[in-house]
Amino acid sequence: MAALDLVTHAGGGTWRFPANEPLRLDSGAMLEGLEIGYRTYGELNADKSNAILICHALTGDQYVASPHPTTGKPGWWLRMIGPGKPLDPERHFIICTNVIGGCMGSTGPASINPATGKVYGLAFPVITIPDMVRAQAMLVSALGIETLFAVIGGSMGGMQAQQWAVDYPERVFSAVVLASASRHSAQNIAFHEVGRQAIMADPDWRGGAYAEHGVQPGKGLAVARMAAHITYLSEPALQRKFGRELKRDGLSWGFDADFQVESYLRHQGASFVDRFDANSYLYITRATDYFDIAASHGGVLAKAFTRARDVRFCVLSFTSDWLYPTAESRHLVRALTAAGARAAFAEIESDKGHDAFLLDEPVMDAALAGFLSSAERDRGLI
Amino acid sequence: MTSNSQNKVREDFREILRLVRPGSRVLDVGCGEGALLDLLSHEKQVDGRGLEISASGVAACMARGLSVVQGDADLDLDHFPNRSFDYAVLSQTLQATRHPRHVLDELLRIADRAIVSFPNFGHWRVRWSLLSRGRMPETKALPMPWWSTPNIHLCTLADFLALTAELNLRVDACAAFAGAGPARPMNPASALENWRAETCLFMLSRNAATTQGNHPGGELPPVSGDLFDG
Repeated sequence: MAALDLVTHAGGGTWRFPANEPLRLDSGAMLEGLEIGYRTYGELNADKSNAILICHALTGDQYVASPHPTTGKPGWWLRMIGPGKPLDPERHFIICTNVIGGCMGSTGPASINPATGKVYGLAFPVITIPDMVRAQAMLVSALGIETLFAVIGGSMGGMQAQQWAVDYPERVFSAVVLASASRHSAQNIAFHEVGRQAIMADPDWRGGAYAEHGVQPGKGLAVARMAAHITYLSEPALQRKFGRELKRDGLSWGFDADFQVESYLRHQGASFVDRFDANSYLYITRATDYFDIAASHGGVLAKAFTRARDVRFCVLSFTSDWLYPTAESRHLVRALTAAGARAAFAEIESDKGHDAFLLDEPVMDAALAGFLSSAERDRGLI
Repeated sequence: MTSNSQNKVREDFREILRLVRPGSRVLDVGCGEGALLDLLSHEKQVDGRGLEISASGVAACMARGLSVVQGDADLDLDHFPNRSFDYAVLSQTLQATRHPRHVLDELLRIADRAIVSFPNFGHWRVRWSLLSRGRMPETKALPMPWWSTPNIHLCTLADFLALTAELNLRVDACAAFAGAGPARPMNPASALENWRAETCLFMLSRNAATTQGNHPGGELPPVSGDLFDG
């Protein structure tokens, strides 16, 4: 029922910017004919003060509360969005955009390069998290919205939420950063490098020009996904879900998927290939590796947030998240405190690992709902 | 800590409510589930922030819409800028910190005034319990056995006064509590109070000379009116 309501409330599509409004990238390149795939839920109120931007994670997309067009799976954060939920289309105008570099409607390496008429491939410029946010800001402006009531994101989405507060403090009333970090650690970069090497080692990658050859580096992309997927789960969660359970009675005495966990990972890899572009994976992982807010502020994270001290921040981490561990969130919160910003921060007890922010975590729901309704009171929305 | 029914305000909270100027900036260190911050925001319209060590406490605060950060008074006060608050409240927590002297000093770096309450280890019941039974005291103010209490740096009223003198702090107000009874003004220098006061509450600021030295911001704003007139 809730899902049906959402579908009737949903809007969006692809926003195409005219050639005279290119996106200026951190690398110095200009992206012309920028397209942004997005979905919206709910109605913008008369004074345009109820807009919420949801920023998706690495392999997420704009289908936050609608069925995925390729897989048909329900929206990825339906448990947070809906009537009576913390993000409520009855009260909020919810926007979710596909990041640039993505493959679900926004300009990315699988798009046509207007200069050549061919698929970009590796001719696509390297993008950064600030580039993604700059593109989102263009769309938000195009939708007639000056200030967002909230920018919310988990993981890479949390990086974007931080970047919004840093780059557009006057356009962000509140920012929610879930299971995220202000920079990529050596371990984060290392895991991404494994994924990229898997893709590039696939003979079908063809130097990134696989589209021209009508092939897909599916095997490499699947391995990248399998490796990454392990980092999204905790060891206890994997153990609880699979243990040493076998797929069928007895061992195969070979290299078939004997164990349930192998079969699960193979399935995760194979189904990912159907919905994600290999080059997009290279570009977006690179953007997160380059992410380091403090670096552009003299190495002092607090300096990045001095202009954002009027933004209300909510930072949540999870005890079993070893991809973006609590220490990273605490590092951010200490910088926010030093900058004099208004921050709320909690480490939530969970054994579900990094993905906990997408899963059933009632304590997170209550904390987020409390934070948002108090911000709504301050904003005069309720 | 004093236990109370839902609708009854703790007496030490009532006293803090009286001390705090409306609309001021307050940091509650060890804010628990946010009961005091909630009261201060509703009744004194303060801009309140909190620091709390327990995850469940922070989650409860966030569900109430309070700006509370999970952290440790011993480690996280260092990250707050100088004089970013009018008041820093440390309710019944000083004796549980690893470095009480540093914490007290930090409170008065972060805020112009510190409001600190603690159980008085010099109270006659504590002394009597130790003298008569030869065992670590278990009283209403100190209800837990020695092996499970979080209190690692207990002090008497006289000890606390000596520390404030050492840090060159000025006592702006002080009150004593016994059981769940209301606050009673006291003369902290009186030797008798070191026997009588079960729980003590102080409002402290830096003495002018120290203020100039440590805080380039200059003079403290004057305290308006009688501190105990509500």
